[in-house]
Amino acid sequence: MTQSNDPILKVRDLSVEFATHDGVVRAVKGIDLNVLPGETVGIVGESGSGKSQTMMALMGLLASNGRASGSARYRDEELIGLPETKLNRIRGAKITMIFQEPMTSLDPLYKIGNQIAEPLVRHKGLTARAARARALELLELVGIPDPQRRIDAYPHEMSGGQRQRVMIAMALANDPDILIADEPTTALDVTIQAQILELLAQLQEKFGMAIVFITHDLGIVRRFSDRVYVMQSGVVVETGPTEKIFSRAEHPYTRMLLAAEPRGRKAPPRPDAPTLLEGRDVEVTFDIGGGFFSGEPTKLRAVDRISVNLKRGQTIGIVGESGSGKSTLGRALLRMLPSKGTILLDDRDISHADRQEMRPLRRELQVVFQDPFGSLSPRLTVGQIITEGLLVHEPSLSAKQRDQRAIEALREVNLDPVMRNRYPHEFSGGQRQRIAIARAMILKPKVVVLDEPTSALDRSVQKQIVELLKQLQSAHDLSYLFISHDLAVVRAIADYIIVMKQGKIVEEGTTEQIFDRPKDTYTQTLMAAALDQTRFRTTAA
Amino acid sequence: MFVYVIRRFLTAIPTLFVIVTLAFFLIRVAPGGPFNQERGLSPEIKANLEAQFGLDKPLWHQYLNYLNNLLHGNFGPSYNLPDFTVGELFANGLPISIQLGASALTLALIIGGTLGIVAALHQNRAADYAVIATATAGSTIPTFVIAPIIQLVFALSWNLIPVGGWANGALLNKIGPVITLALPQIAIVARLMRGSMIESLRSNHIRTARAMGLSQWSVVIRHALRGAVLPIISYAGPAAAALLTGSIIVETIFAIPGVGRYFVDAALNRDYTLVMGTVVVIAIFTIVFNLIVDILYAVVDPRVRYD
Repeated sequence: MTQSNDPILKVRDLSVEFATHDGVVRAVKGIDLNVLPGETVGIVGESGSGKSQTMMALMGLLASNGRASGSARYRDEELIGLPETKLNRIRGAKITMIFQEPMTSLDPLYKIGNQIAEPLVRHKGLTARAARARALELLELVGIPDPQRRIDAYPHEMSGGQRQRVMIAMALANDPDILIADEPTTALDVTIQAQILELLAQLQEKFGMAIVFITHDLGIVRRFSDRVYVMQSGVVVETGPTEKIFSRAEHPYTRMLLAAEPRGRKAPPRPDAPTLLEGRDVEVTFDIGGGFFSGEPTKLRAVDRISVNLKRGQTIGIVGESGSGKSTLGRALLRMLPSKGTILLDDRDISHADRQEMRPLRRELQVVFQDPFGSLSPRLTVGQIITEGLLVHEPSLSAKQRDQRAIEALREVNLDPVMRNRYPHEFSGGQRQRIAIARAMILKPKVVVLDEPTSALDRSVQKQIVELLKQLQSAHDLSYLFISHDLAVVRAIADYIIVMKQGKIVEEGTTEQIFDRPKDTYTQTLMAAALDQTRFRTTAA
Repeated sequence: MFVYVIRRFLTAIPTLFVIVTLAFFLIRVAPGGPFNQERGLSPEIKANLEAQFGLDKPLWHQYLNYLNNLLHGNFGPSYNLPDFTVGELFANGLPISIQLGASALTLALIIGGTLGIVAALHQNRAADYAVIATATAGSTIPTFVIAPIIQLVFALSWNLIPVGGWANGALLNKIGPVITLALPQIAIVARLMRGSMIESLRSNHIRTARAMGLSQWSVVIRHALRGAVLPIISYAGPAAAALLTGSIIVETIFAIPGVGRYFVDAALNRDYTLVMGTVVVIAIFTIVFNLIVDILYAVVDPRVRYD
């Protein structure tokens, strides 16, 4: 829908600074950007590139220590420095925004109908009754099932995808000229992602607003934008039509981003490889509710009689959407959760081993978690964190020997051993995940459960972590259980895949079988949603 | 919700029973008794008195007796104030303490709450620093310093209010004690409100409200304040229980015939029945106000449901 008239949003030499304890940080360093009526502009970059702050600045949403300078003109109105009362006539009416965090972006204390109605009352001066009627239409428009009933729901009664739909309804309530979408699908499952993107495309066709798409996901940009701005460290390094950027990128950073998709396949283990960890009919149930007075709790079967057979040197990818039970399965197999069924480690039944019996086995069964920020103790040095397990499993080591092991472990994950005396907060997400991996590897385990280890990381960092995990695996003949919702990463690292849905296995097979010839309809949807992002936006849209 | 409230009242019964039992035996573990005075009574008179109040009976007998009386709403006679029953003492004093405490709490919530909001909206600027400094001072200066200062300045120097006394609840007589009770509470509420308001203003849904161009009033009051008020409610419940059952310092300095002084006086004099009465009253207040807190939580936050 590219039209060749004047830009409705003109950003010139926009800078954003934050006053921090370590001095002034320049997040955006004088960028230029245009948005034409009805077009879709993608702003791509990794975390910290300033892509979100650019838009926050012109919406007047910077944190209190942030300051914007330069110019951002919407039609004839200068937004930078505009008093809040005047800005409030534009934002929410002419320019609106949806955010990355659908779970927390709605006020938990008000019904969604009221929240959609609020901007309508504010900007269009509708009566409460008229606004409610319009809210109902909008809910229908964004595909909320049974809107008559759901209009009185509270946010916590809706799923993440539905909340994002409600956000979109709010954003479109006043028929805006520009919709800024800041990573709107990042927090959602792949099938939901596809639906939300589809919805945005449809609504754009219907309303004709321009969309500014802020994302780190090149697949989304390729599929939805007319033009792309690539940002790195607060600067626009490259801009142009989407097709040109993807086929003839000039800037090395853009090329690096494009090459950052994890590639390659893993060869299956040798056919005679022994089975290391085996789960037979593993079942995990959680009690929901219940109590002294409320009687019997409801049982939720999070893992429903699943059997897994992990061979030495094998990587089994466990994929599924949130709530499918994939993490629960991983934890049950490590005996971190009570479960029914049989679990064998090296042909030894550990299903009934108690804490004491499990302790020596723990060193062979290690785990790396998703959140590299939350899973490292902030008050221990990196050296202390990674050698903590040695205190339990190799108590005879001297302090010097432990330190030596820490040095080796850090080298192995490609971190400078000097860093062992620093604290976790001094490291980036990718470095922290390396530390978490070092903590697991120092014990020389046989099985490592990797629970979404790359999900919180930028694509280019993800690729490095995947490479690292592969190296470690071949060096030490490790077996991995790789839990992830990210199919591109799973394809690059796993040789066998289990697809889970609602606690059950819907399909399993080699990576080739699952990706190239999925049999189950759910697997097919999942694949379609994840891999469909390779096609370009059709210019007819 | 109704079922929940009933259930909470039912669980309060065993709680009260445990509190009563513990208090009953604990106070008797303390050395001495109600009739051991400095100039000791002659053994015959003491024995007579003890027989009159049933204190010569075995302990378990006294305990069952007390429980039986309590079930019939009878707190027993006061040993040291023999003209009154414990029930009468509370009937006279409790309304006074409740009036003062409730007024102080209301003041604290309104003034402290407003100050906290103002500070949060001007975080790390002059208004914020002023509120924090005042609040810190307010919560560090003890009531036994504030009360005499108020008496000196407002009563003696400026002659605006009486120095003390209750005068059947004349408005002027209430001003001194209410302000003394309220000041530290204002400080605490202001600090709490500032903290929770700052956090609330930072949350993602407030960013949404701003992005939708809602007015400052709507953003701050409708959206931020409603979420920020929850910690205040949690604080106000137990604080109300403590304030409404009187304060010994304030009631002594201002010569107020409330119930605040009974706890200390009775414990020192081993006035067993009055100690027990105070324990039961405070326990009931605490239980009731905690229940009110939980109900208010559910009213403010739809995510809290008790069914």
